[in-house]
Amino acid sequence: MSDPSQDLLIRNGRVIAPSQGMDTQADVLLREGRIAAIGPNLAAPQAQRLDASGRIVAPGFIDLHTHLREPGREHAETIESGGRAAAAGGFTSVLAMPNTRPVNDNAAVTHFIIQTARQQSPVNVFPVGAISEGSRGEQLAAIGEMREAGIVAISDDGMPVMNSGLMRRAMSYASGFGLTVIDHCEDLDLSAGGLMHDGYTAVRYGLGGISSTSEEVMVARNILLAAETGAKFHVAHLSTAGSVEMVREAKRRGLPITCEVTPHHFTLIDEDVTNYDGNYKMKPPLRSRKDREALLQGLADGTADAIASDHAPHPGSEKMQEFEMAPFGIIGLETALGLALERLVHSGLIGLTRLVELFSVNPARIAGLDRGTLKVGAAADITIFDPERRWTYDVNQTQSRSRNTPFHGHSFRGGPVTTIVAGKVVWQVEK
Amino acid sequence: MQKRGLLGIEPLTAAEIQPILDRARFYQPLQARTGKKLDTLRGKMIIHLFYESSTRTRTSFEIAAKRLGADTVTITAKGSSVDKGESLLDTLNTLAAMRPDAIVMRHSASGAPHFLARYLETPIINAGDGTHEHPTQALLDALTILDHKPSLAGLRVAIIGDIVHSRVVRSNLYLLTKFGAHVVLCGPPPMLPREFECYSPNVTRTFRIEEAITDADVIMMLRVQLERHGTFLDSSANEYFRSYGLRLEHLQAARPDAIVMHPGPINRGREIGSEVADFPRSVILNQVENGVAVRMAVLDLLLTGSLSRATEELPKAGT
Repeated sequence: MSDPSQDLLIRNGRVIAPSQGMDTQADVLLREGRIAAIGPNLAAPQAQRLDASGRIVAPGFIDLHTHLREPGREHAETIESGGRAAAAGGFTSVLAMPNTRPVNDNAAVTHFIIQTARQQSPVNVFPVGAISEGSRGEQLAAIGEMREAGIVAISDDGMPVMNSGLMRRAMSYASGFGLTVIDHCEDLDLSAGGLMHDGYTAVRYGLGGISSTSEEVMVARNILLAAETGAKFHVAHLSTAGSVEMVREAKRRGLPITCEVTPHHFTLIDEDVTNYDGNYKMKPPLRSRKDREALLQGLADGTADAIASDHAPHPGSEKMQEFEMAPFGIIGLETALGLALERLVHSGLIGLTRLVELFSVNPARIAGLDRGTLKVGAAADITIFDPERRWTYDVNQTQSRSRNTPFHGHSFRGGPVTTIVAGKVVWQVEK
Repeated sequence: MQKRGLLGIEPLTAAEIQPILDRARFYQPLQARTGKKLDTLRGKMIIHLFYESSTRTRTSFEIAAKRLGADTVTITAKGSSVDKGESLLDTLNTLAAMRPDAIVMRHSASGAPHFLARYLETPIINAGDGTHEHPTQALLDALTILDHKPSLAGLRVAIIGDIVHSRVVRSNLYLLTKFGAHVVLCGPPPMLPREFECYSPNVTRTFRIEEAITDADVIMMLRVQLERHGTFLDSSANEYFRSYGLRLEHLQAARPDAIVMHPGPINRGREIGSEVADFPRSVILNQVENGVAVRMAVLDLLLTGSLSRATEELPKAGT
């Protein structure tokens, strides 16, 4: 039976839950891993209390795009360390991309990730299965088997499916399971040799360019295939103005197309790539000023559905190389909310309700998760954040095993305060 | 602390470049003398670290150092720890621990010396980094032009060839436009992206060699870097030469006193007709000769402490 002393009462926060149209000052009572009640001045004399006055209480944030590196590259990140970084960023759930070693292309790997996460990760980990065996782009992976084991979407992230026939087959097959197909849209022939956005800065630095078209031709292809097959298609880390326009048009036509934007793409541009620093190297690359404007517009007008970190840990030894040798990707779980508050909310572009949609409601919908809500009976995953808290990101204090970020030393206005998973506080900011 | 070195032309002002050219001119007569060795840099140790094959630049730097009386060690990528999988930073830290006075470095990766300069105190002289910069080449080109023209200001300089892959072009664009020259870039469109016009209002593009050469004071030809084009280029010399090779008859459209330059190595019959390479106003060998004087000037000014601002970090774009 329920032990009321294990209950948690979050008191007097501003509760924002867009899925139920809620934005109100209230208490939230958590019991046995579920939302037990919401309302003003809840009576729960035996419950532990958490004062949230002046703070936002939201359904737990879900990162659609995390690389946990385990199994296979535990020197860069583990399910445990990545889970802690997620919690410290205010995330209660992450989707783990399948490009581990071995690739998550069968139920055994899926089971391993889920079991390890259950034992070691403070946050929920939902594995994404590979589209193709080994993500080699040749033959479909065991998608049905992985779905039974617990995957919530499929993707060959990082090793995009070049073969349009295979992608068409994958979408068709996935539609039968209602699984979302996530694609890292990149035509590898167009991006070959590229190191940063194809623009003046790349020319100036003598670095090979990654054209906007290398993303856009694949966004276009995938939208066409999704329309044909009826699959739910989600664009990973969308980065160009042209892609925004295509997704906007697809939505106008009523297609089940969604997309995510990363904080680094809506914050930085190619001109910010300084001094051949590998911490500015990622795929897709930091784009032009015009592209960033289009991303911000898309986040504001509903074209973009989600903010996702594309947290991609790499050890310092790999990033401290010649720019062309450094691997692509940066960590991002701990800075995502701070950047979103700075660039989207404090800039006046969106309100807090929309922010919660981007971080929680929509990611839950895209991944088919019964979360992103504070309805009574829902999982007690809660993100409490303070839009005004001043803090400075010191990557040497990161929970991640890696430190590859361009945001070290960045001063933020607003950030996570408390992360609650299944009714338990898993992370709390230091006072 | 301000680091010394020469990473590129981009961060330098004309006022900072001028003393290097003046010093190079001071060393020019020495090249034709017997008994060329000086003791300006006696007791100084210079490491030449070449991660990419190079004949003229490496030899030129070595001769320059030796003519100034410095001791030199030359390391090429073959036969060093490079083959043993050591990272570039570890290799350079190892070399720096032996306390050389400067490291002259050629590397196939753009920005390799800029990356290293963030971690190393030893001054680095960039002898060419990937497709980024080749500052001493631009300096020797300027010196060569000034041997034939009173000033760089107002000159029309045509640079023709594989622009996108050329570090020589990038360094020259900075240097020439800082001194008021007008640069016309020419090559087939895949080798000449429109972003090159962003360097300066004094840079224009054309895809027609005849247009580039018209009224040119200086014609600078570039090698096609076949190795960087993968399979996307018809690799026959004839196909390229037909549209973009410099032939003798082209020169009639140029100014009568126009000079022809080439940073080398030249591919006769691809980017330049053999008869043009040997024609009287071809100054290709003068460039090579001036290379030694320019590198003496750079080493001298750097190691005696007068060239300090050349390794400042790359400024952000946006002029």
